[in-house]
Amino acid sequence: MTGLAEIDAAVEAFRPHVDPAAAAVHLLGLAEAVLERWVEARGGVPTAETREGFRLLALHRQGAQDVPSFNACRETCREIAYHYNLLCLEPSAAQDLQRQRMLALLVRHLALFVSGKLETERLGEFCCASRPLRA
Amino acid sequence: MADDTSTMDRKARYRKVAYYPGCALEGTGHAYNTSTKAVGKALGLVLDEVPNWNCCGAMEVKNVDPKVQTYLSSRVMAIAAHDMKAEVVMAPCNGCYHNLKKAEHDLAHDAGSRAVVDGIARKAGHPAYQAGEVETIHVLDWLKHGIGEAGLKSRVKRSLEGLKVANYYGCMYTRPRHIFPEKDQGPGSESTAKPHFMDDLLEAAGATNVEFPLKTACCGGAHTLSDSDISTKLVLNILRAAEAAGADVIATECPTCHSGLEMHQVRAEKVLGEKTGVKILYFTQLLGIALGISPRKLGVHENVSDGVAALEARGIV
Repeated sequence: MTGLAEIDAAVEAFRPHVDPAAAAVHLLGLAEAVLERWVEARGGVPTAETREGFRLLALHRQGAQDVPSFNACRETCREIAYHYNLLCLEPSAAQDLQRQRMLALLVRHLALFVSGKLETERLGEFCCASRPLRA
Repeated sequence: MADDTSTMDRKARYRKVAYYPGCALEGTGHAYNTSTKAVGKALGLVLDEVPNWNCCGAMEVKNVDPKVQTYLSSRVMAIAAHDMKAEVVMAPCNGCYHNLKKAEHDLAHDAGSRAVVDGIARKAGHPAYQAGEVETIHVLDWLKHGIGEAGLKSRVKRSLEGLKVANYYGCMYTRPRHIFPEKDQGPGSESTAKPHFMDDLLEAAGATNVEFPLKTACCGGAHTLSDSDISTKLVLNILRAAEAAGADVIATECPTCHSGLEMHQVRAEKVLGEKTGVKILYFTQLLGIALGISPRKLGVHENVSDGVAALEARGIV
């Protein structure tokens, strides 16, 4: 998995699995890959550490360093972790298909958000917690 | 007892507030302005518009010189505090609300910001705003604490029962967390991670809130002009998530988010061939309908998506 376009295509192609935990692992891996691309694009080495049990959250923290507007995807990352936990720890035959669909939409949102930031890097500075252009 | 007293004090304080509509509510967010005023009137709350208000500095000024943006926002608060003798300023727009809160924070914590604001205010010939002179609130705070769920429920004339709502707060209502010290203070306060004031008010009006995990996600508003395709895809994803959650409508509380959702819903169909049917309404329009106000008086006809159709389908209007 190299580029964000491939990751995005993989998320778009996702269809709910019969095994909800396997789906959760797959989608969490795609979300981590999105943030790895962001960290690498800014010249960093993606962390292998975890935060609250999730590498995804550690990667988000790493990616948001000096980029306050990157926190606009903070809750998306936390919702991904939450849905992962639901699918792996509280499987529910009645709700797992819906949860998988929602997890895929969350990962897609993260991929689109990061794609936008990478496509026009300075646009991120026009977001809510922006830095001034002259700083 | 102390809690009861402070709750009653706040309720009294919020009964009449200085109203700062901001630029968007005179343009694309006109229906938000109309519906906010109509709901306030129906609930017996008073809005006293800040005279001669100016732009809060939005995103444009902030990116060129953030301290000038701090001055612009502080001037609005200065008029409210000094000329109107108001204790509370209410801003329905997330951008205005965010910028006034940011100015308040900067003036309380940054000597450089204070010096710039003092200097410009002196040149402009008015006393500079001092941190703490007024309290800035959002329209959600105003209704949640000024009336509350019980007060709202007792005034409902046309319940929103059966209507499934995805509440979308956008990214500026809760971020960055440090400029909203009153949030995350336990029961009764707003949460920055999972905001719920809009959910609470609409539930009191009879609606069913769906579980919506993208309630604070980015709508791509800042990219709308420079990278429209990303904005369209981000919005489309939000619309899809709302539909997947079972929502009939998305309730909004920010004119920028609202316009973005409506415009990119149309663009997604035209450019990407992706049609979504979920309707988008300001939460004040939904509350107004529950209070028995006609959709026209709430500006529902000004919306792009046909919100009335979703309400008719549920037998509400």
